[in-house]
Amino acid sequence: MKAAVIVFPGSNCDTDCFHALKDVVKVPVEYVWHKERHLPRVDLVVIPGGFSYGDYLRTGAIARFSPIMESVIKHVQSGRVAIGICNGFQILLEAGLLPGAMLRNKTLEFVCKHTWIRTEENLTIFTGQMDPGEILCVPIAHGEGNYYCDDDTLKSLHDHSQVAFRYSSQDGKLGGEFNPNGSRDHIAGIVNKKKNVLGMMPHPERSSEDILGSSDGRKIFESILNALE
Amino acid sequence: MQFKARIHTSLKKSVLDPQGQTTLHALVSMGFKEAKGLRIGKYFELELEAETRAKAEECIHVMCDKLLHNPVIEEYSFEIQEVSS
Repeated sequence: MKAAVIVFPGSNCDTDCFHALKDVVKVPVEYVWHKERHLPRVDLVVIPGGFSYGDYLRTGAIARFSPIMESVIKHVQSGRVAIGICNGFQILLEAGLLPGAMLRNKTLEFVCKHTWIRTEENLTIFTGQMDPGEILCVPIAHGEGNYYCDDDTLKSLHDHSQVAFRYSSQDGKLGGEFNPNGSRDHIAGIVNKKKNVLGMMPHPERSSEDILGSSDGRKIFESILNALE
Repeated sequence: MQFKARIHTSLKKSVLDPQGQTTLHALVSMGFKEAKGLRIGKYFELELEAETRAKAEECIHVMCDKLLHNPVIEEYSFEIQEVSS
C-alpha cells in the first residue's frame, strides 16, 4: 500500500499524518502539493487537517477547487480510498464527495480536547480492526465541526450504514453532554455510499502512539492497511 | 458593460444559526427589548463586466452555485446595478 498526503496552504496536520503513516504503520507515503494536477500512483489519499486558505469564505470551500482536487475526485470515483481529517473532512464535504456541511460549533468556541467516539460501522475499510461499538479516545481541535445534514440525508446515512463514528461517553452512551460541537445525531465521522471515502473531525494521527496519550487512532490506519494489503 | 453586484448569503431558515442567536441574546441583554430575531450572513460586493445585464445575472448565479454559497446550508440573493466605466 502507498499513500499520499495532500498539502494545502494552511494545512497543519500534514506532517503528523505523514509521520503516523510512515513511522507508525510503516506505509510508503509522499506529500503532494495542492498545485499538482496529478496524483502519484497511490492507494490512499489523506486530506489532512489545518486551516486551508485561512478558512476564508467557508472551511474547505476554496481548497476544494485546488488543482489537485480533480485528481482526488477521479481517484475516489475509481474506487480507491481517501480519508479527510478535520479540515480534510470539510474539504470533502465542500467537494460533494460526502453529504452534508459544517456549521460553527454550537458553543461558538474552538474546542481542543480528547473525545470518545463510538464505532458505529466496523465493516468498512476504515474500521475493520475495531469491534462493533468499540470506543476510541481520539482528540478534536476545531471551531467548525458541527456536522449538519437535512432529515432525508440523515435517514439515508443510517439506511446505507454510512455513519462511521459518533461522539459518546467513555462507556458508549450518547447524549448532548458528550457531543462537543452540536453535530447532528452526534456524528463524528461518515463514509460515502461506496464506503471508500471517510471524513472525520477527530484526529487519528494525533492519537497513534502511546506518547500522545492515546494510540486508539492508529487502529483506523491499521484497518486501512489491513484492507488494502 | 460594467456592473456592481451586492450579494448576500445566509443560513437557511431551517438551519440553526448559533452566531445569530448569541448576538441576539447580547442585544436583548444590553436592553434592546425590540430585538426579536437575528440571522448573520455574508455580504459580497462584486464588480463584473458582461455584455448584458442578463448575462451578468446568469454569471452571478453560477458563481453563487459553484463557490459563494453552500446550497446544503445557505441561501443567497443579490442586487445588481450598471456602473459607468
